[in-house]
Amino acid sequence: MNVHVQDCPVAADVAPKPVRRESGQREVFCGLTGIVWLHRKIQDAFFLVVGSRTCAHLIQSAAGVMIFAEPRFATAIMEEKDLAGLTDANDELDRIVAQLIARRPDIRLLFLVGSCPSEVIKLDLSRAALRLSQKFSPAVRILNYSGSGIETTFTQGEDACLASLVPAAPPTRTSEDQLLIVGSLADVVEDQFIRLFDALGIGRVQFLPPRKASALPAIGPNTRFLLAQPFLADTARALEDRGAVRLAAPFPLGVEGTTAWLRAAADASGVAPALFEAVTQPHRVRAERALLRYRDHLGGRRIFLFPDSQLEIPLARFLSRELSMQLVEVGTPYLHREHLAEELRLLPDDVVLSEGQDVDLQLDRCRMARPDLVVCGLGLANPLEAEGMTTKWSIELVFTPIQGYEQAADLAELFARPLVRRAKLVA
Amino acid sequence: MQLTVWTYEGPPHVGAMRVVTGMEGLHYVLHAPQGDTYADLLFTMIERRDRRPPVTYTTFSARDLGGDTAELFKTAAQNAYDRFKPQTMLVGASCTGSLIQDDPGGLARALHLPIPVVAVDLPAYQRKENWGAAETFYQLVRALAGPSAPAPGTSRPERAAGVPARCNLLGPTALGFRHRDDIVEITSLLTKLGIDVNVTAPMGASPADIARLGEADFNVVLYPEIAGQAASWLQRTFGQPFTKIVPIGVSATREFVAEVAKLAGVDASATLASACTRLPWYSRSVDSTYLTGKRVFIFGDATHAVAAARIASDELGFKVVGLGTYSREFGREIRDAAKRYDVEPLITDDYLEVEAKVAELQPELVLGTQMERHIAKRLGVPCAVISAPVHVQDFPARYAPQMGFEGANVIFDTWVHPLMMGLEEHLLAMFKDDFEFKDGAVPSHLGAGHSTPVADGPVQAPPNASNIAVVWAVDAEKELYKIPFFVRGKARRNTERFANENGVATITIETLYYAKAHYAR
Ligand code: SF4
Ligand code: SF4
Repeated sequence: MNVHVQDCPVAADVAPKPVRRESGQREVFCGLTGIVWLHRKIQDAFFLVVGSRTCAHLIQSAAGVMIFAEPRFATAIMEEKDLAGLTDANDELDRIVAQLIARRPDIRLLFLVGSCPSEVIKLDLSRAALRLSQKFSPAVRILNYSGSGIETTFTQGEDACLASLVPAAPPTRTSEDQLLIVGSLADVVEDQFIRLFDALGIGRVQFLPPRKASALPAIGPNTRFLLAQPFLADTARALEDRGAVRLAAPFPLGVEGTTAWLRAAADASGVAPALFEAVTQPHRVRAERALLRYRDHLGGRRIFLFPDSQLEIPLARFLSRELSMQLVEVGTPYLHREHLAEELRLLPDDVVLSEGQDVDLQLDRCRMARPDLVVCGLGLANPLEAEGMTTKWSIELVFTPIQGYEQAADLAELFARPLVRRAKLVA
Repeated sequence: MQLTVWTYEGPPHVGAMRVVTGMEGLHYVLHAPQGDTYADLLFTMIERRDRRPPVTYTTFSARDLGGDTAELFKTAAQNAYDRFKPQTMLVGASCTGSLIQDDPGGLARALHLPIPVVAVDLPAYQRKENWGAAETFYQLVRALAGPSAPAPGTSRPERAAGVPARCNLLGPTALGFRHRDDIVEITSLLTKLGIDVNVTAPMGASPADIARLGEADFNVVLYPEIAGQAASWLQRTFGQPFTKIVPIGVSATREFVAEVAKLAGVDASATLASACTRLPWYSRSVDSTYLTGKRVFIFGDATHAVAAARIASDELGFKVVGLGTYSREFGREIRDAAKRYDVEPLITDDYLEVEAKVAELQPELVLGTQMERHIAKRLGVPCAVISAPVHVQDFPARYAPQMGFEGANVIFDTWVHPLMMGLEEHLLAMFKDDFEFKDGAVPSHLGAGHSTPVADGPVQAPPNASNIAVVWAVDAEKELYKIPFFVRGKARRNTERFANENGVATITIETLYYAKAHYAR
């Protein structure tokens, strides 16, 4: 298949693609997992989960082998007596927050993160955050969001976190248009984008989340925002509530996605097409060349994606259009039709999409199809490998720099590696 | 509420999962919110299992809470039965599942499945992982072996002459620290003694095997945290005695051999005489002399911590300066052991408390869990892992038991490895400015890539230590740096304490040596 990255065929009003909706057992992470990368990104923030031992256990299992001198997350584990009376639970929470702030005077922002148990017993963490903010401001600001499994799936934890930051951001001072990039990106990717925007003459670009909680971007009706991640429904709504306007675009995965994403910003800022061409062209050429050898390797291979992060649809678009892979099934935990409209248009017409999950049935379909590569979580990966399938564990896609031109080939490599490995091992 | 940075144990339903995942032919239906399936990857990743754990989660979401979560549970249980056709089903709830009070046991019984259904009620806000494993195993044993129990008061029939004695091996589970190889080691030891293993459980056992537990003559309890409760019940119900000695370490293994030999009525002398263990000779050989009196801090589950203290003190010649456990249920065992080494027992599941204790004691070696590796890294102390919780590197491919005679060999290597080799230690003390073998450098036999000690100056003071307001004279501080780095922290603290107690405001070289003489061991 030839890839025309210059003009995305933005076919207006293609028929909406059918989506299989499933409910049943879901093999996904809860939103608490977002803490594992968010605490690295926002360097002066601390994440205090209010939950059970299960929640504490989840985070430390997800943080895995990292051995920390001083982690910036912790859990206030509820005990029997906290369940009995909510007033006591609030007193306890105040005590723990005071203890924590005394131990970590360097913290500027504290997130009280809700969990299933705290939601089910209706512990009002937003009230607690207000109460505690009054007590500790201006030294520490205290916000709250929910990362519970009953409300959020994996990356939606980041959405909830960023959405809680939006009301805390200052209003814009000038009437000049500003661009806001939303969704946490690896620092190296962020820096590449800053250079590209500079070259395009788009000044005033800010990022949400910022690297420092003390440097929240200003937001107002003159804010144009571009989502860098597909899982930011609530954050987008919160931004729109403050008058900001979303620029529709595919997500910056692969050469095509990155170009279209940058173009959305360029068009909104009135960048001349010639300048856009001049700035992006060398990057596109370089990235496409780097992708070539992966296309040789991956082209024609059949891939099955289990739901995990909502990155699945943009990934599938990249894999099918730029690497010529065949999509067997593309699962997503949640499909935001509006934010993904540009992506959906670029998918092949006969794509099989599924939203939600009944894991046993989905495994049956996967086994039946015997794809060349399965993208799935760590709970399924080794068992499927043992059944003779080749897998790519999906969480890595959230922890690795994959956006932008310079990472396009790295992204392809993530999918090629398990296949190369399988071919290599003789024993 | 308890502020928790790291938790030593997971919630009790993870303990139940460890029992179920270790077994065959059993399925666990867990009423739990979407997201709690994270626990699967403990088994598929950390233990590298090649199958999904036999667990079906209801994975309810907020939307379901308005509706009929009980119906959701029933559907999940029925589907799990239809798909997996287990011999027995275990049902229960996770911490959130228990808050919505759906009674999984009653709901599952209402399905009238043609197999036994065992309900476990695990109080998630009071108890933890090991307790959950113990309770689950106990409930399974009661439910499955109970029906073949003799009438109360019946005495065990005598074993016929010529029939070898049989025992059960109780305690090993999925995700247990070295359980896989401990089973192999102990089974071969029993075989040498002429004792048959009837059933090993939970690991590897099916519900049908559990039903046969009563057929053995006695029980070998490998991990009391998990099998203690079940073994007591088996003793009451079937009159089976059980072993009290856990065979970790050379002496403990010898005593264990004598104990089982007595229970089985066999002669142990041949087995003891032919015991192949290198630890005693390795430890006696002159190369190990420098290990004498190394100050070691020990923390883990009670069984491994108590065993480690004994090995450290009696078999390696270390000095145990701290001993503790997170297994609150086994506080007594730790208190008794602590008396033997004249240290204060530390019984806590609070990671920060353990950290403060290590900082205070300034050991030269920490024997602990994955969590103590965080602490040791921060304080720059060598560390080896002796107990769960552990991460993926402690589920090794090679044979690596902790129990029995081979276990002792493994332990010798593992514990001594992180310490500075003797020669290097001497040279460091004599010549401080070598460009390659630097002061405080990572032991060179560990090569690059190992963490460099970070704490050399005063470590964060433990909460209630005496106030340290004394100052160091410049030359005294210089002198301090001539002391090998791994005992320097201790020397600094001792000198400061000495100065404090003697009203010395400025520490001079003299003070340093007075203190050294004062605390000489
Ligand atoms: S928030 Fe919910 S799903 Fe996540 S670990 Fe806690 S109880 Fe489990
Ligand atoms: S991927 Fe492997 S090493 Fe990393 S956290 Fe999971 S089990 Fe541990």
